[in-house]
Amino acid sequence: MFDFIISKYNYWIYIVLMMIGFYGMIGKKNLIKKVIGMNIFQTAIILFFISTAAKRGGTLPIIEHGHGHEMQAIEAASYVNPLPHVLMLTAIVVMVSTLGVALAIVIAIYKRYNTLEEEEILKHKI
Amino acid sequence: MSLQSPALAVVIPLICAFLTLLFGWWRKGLCYPTTLVALSLSTLASLDTLRVVITTGTIRYHLGNWDPPWGIEYVVDHLNAFVLAIISCITFVVAVYSKKSVEQELPDKIIFFYTIYLLLVTGLLGIIVTGDMFNLYVFLEIASLAAYALIAIGENGAPLASFRYLIMGTIGACFYLLGVGYLYIATGSLNMADLSQLLPGIYHSKVIIVAFIFFLVGIGLKMALFPLHAWLPDAYTYAPSTVSALIAPTMTKVGAYVMIRIFFTVFKPYFSVELIPVTTILSWIAAFAMIAGSIFAIAQSDLKRMLSYSVVAQIGYIALGIGLANRAGLTGAVLHILNEVFTKGCLFSVAGAIVYKMGIRDIYQFRHLYRKMPFTMGAFVMGAFSMIGIPPTLGFFSKLYLILGSIDARQWVFVAVILISSILNVIYFFKVVETAYFEPRDLATKKEKEILKVYPHNGGGREEIAMDEVPLSMLIPILIMGAGILLLGIFSIKIISTVIQFAIPSGI
Repeated sequence: MFDFIISKYNYWIYIVLMMIGFYGMIGKKNLIKKVIGMNIFQTAIILFFISTAAKRGGTLPIIEHGHGHEMQAIEAASYVNPLPHVLMLTAIVVMVSTLGVALAIVIAIYKRYNTLEEEEILKHKI
Repeated sequence: MSLQSPALAVVIPLICAFLTLLFGWWRKGLCYPTTLVALSLSTLASLDTLRVVITTGTIRYHLGNWDPPWGIEYVVDHLNAFVLAIISCITFVVAVYSKKSVEQELPDKIIFFYTIYLLLVTGLLGIIVTGDMFNLYVFLEIASLAAYALIAIGENGAPLASFRYLIMGTIGACFYLLGVGYLYIATGSLNMADLSQLLPGIYHSKVIIVAFIFFLVGIGLKMALFPLHAWLPDAYTYAPSTVSALIAPTMTKVGAYVMIRIFFTVFKPYFSVELIPVTTILSWIAAFAMIAGSIFAIAQSDLKRMLSYSVVAQIGYIALGIGLANRAGLTGAVLHILNEVFTKGCLFSVAGAIVYKMGIRDIYQFRHLYRKMPFTMGAFVMGAFSMIGIPPTLGFFSKLYLILGSIDARQWVFVAVILISSILNVIYFFKVVETAYFEPRDLATKKEKEILKVYPHNGGGREEIAMDEVPLSMLIPILIMGAGILLLGIFSIKIISTVIQFAIPSGI
């Protein structure tokens, strides 16, 4: 059991981080804390994807002096999988934009209500 | 042109979004024409795609000439092409409608409004045409981010509503992304066609089931499936009227399309129907959505909020069609997507027109509205008829197919639920129609008598309400959508026989 946790510790960290982020988004009442929770949640997903790419003993997926040697055989097992990294580059861009939009909306809310506590804002509205 | 049309439909709005921003800095008045040109070209490309698909079959478009499964490909079959055509048509019609309403409600944000409008359309059309799971996530987020921004510029409650939508939408998108990750671990592929080949061998793996559940919850959040709908009513109510008219017919319906795609193309029907009973669960959720959405809608007095709850109920119809997972049910679901797109576009546009002209949204203040705005209210009645399902409007045929599907599946409960939900629709739509059209004669005369008593010199005549319609640029799109509901209903058999019957995934 303990070995099971230790040997896959990165996935456990991903699950714990994701739950922390999830709690922040759902449970917290302060809007900035919600944004922070969202960021943790998204970072956990990045960790998950990167974990899937890792290999024990794998090296950078760059073929040295590969140019001009099209027939060169490549042993895929000795390179880490580059695709999840590339996906996460795109996902990071998406997540940064989400964070930007979220912060812009938070600023708009603060300008209108002068508070970031959800309950106080709801009192304002009624 | 024909060869490139699936890509052009997506790329034209994307490029024109930046052109709109540039032109807008030079001259504000250029934003609207640029948007119209972009969307009309995009609509033409979509219709051309539909024509090609009908004549020659599925189009596979390899972006950058990279062969799948390594490169991203756009795969357009009958289902895609159909949804692509209707979504691009409705965004164009709403864009025509937007001019006056935006000038009145957001006078200093016209440039950004049209830029984000085009980005939203890019995202929506991209979700529809793509054949790659991760590409779909990126387009989903483009569309969602544009939607958050557009909703946030609305009236008082809008930023908070938009923020809640953002939190829920991000959870949905992240769950979708996790599902993609799980599928990638298990198969090493992101291409939908490739995945559907690779997956059947490992259907019993727990990773695949977890991935499927992530997809179900993620897409369910994006399409506002009943227990996950909490973000929707506030967001659609407080958004500017044009934005409601744009987002309400499109976003959730594109989500429904993604659900059909994942349930029946990426995963084979064998998995989602027989191996894990997810379609059965979905049908029951949908049944609750139809009843609960309608009951919530009855309780509202704000027209836009009422229509928002109606969206929740109608998403239930589409989800029921997906959950039934038989030919008639899925035909009903696809037809109901068409119905929802046109009807909700029409109804939210009418709500926007009433706000534009009168500044009111409370249903109980709509008295005499039919004399003031006869054409607009005529379109509203047409939309209401379609929501209720009165022949020969489109809503009748989609509900007919859903009922046929339920009978085929021997699920008599769902037949009853569809009928009950239709009756509930009658209640909340006729509340509006009654206030706007049928004046309470007795009350009016009583009041008039009182007035006559106090002012006997008044002459006793009722006050004449002159016709005061919205400008033509708003009226014509509304009438087109209103007429579209009727015409598409009359020709629905033809639509089914040319497109929808081929759109039903194989194996059903």
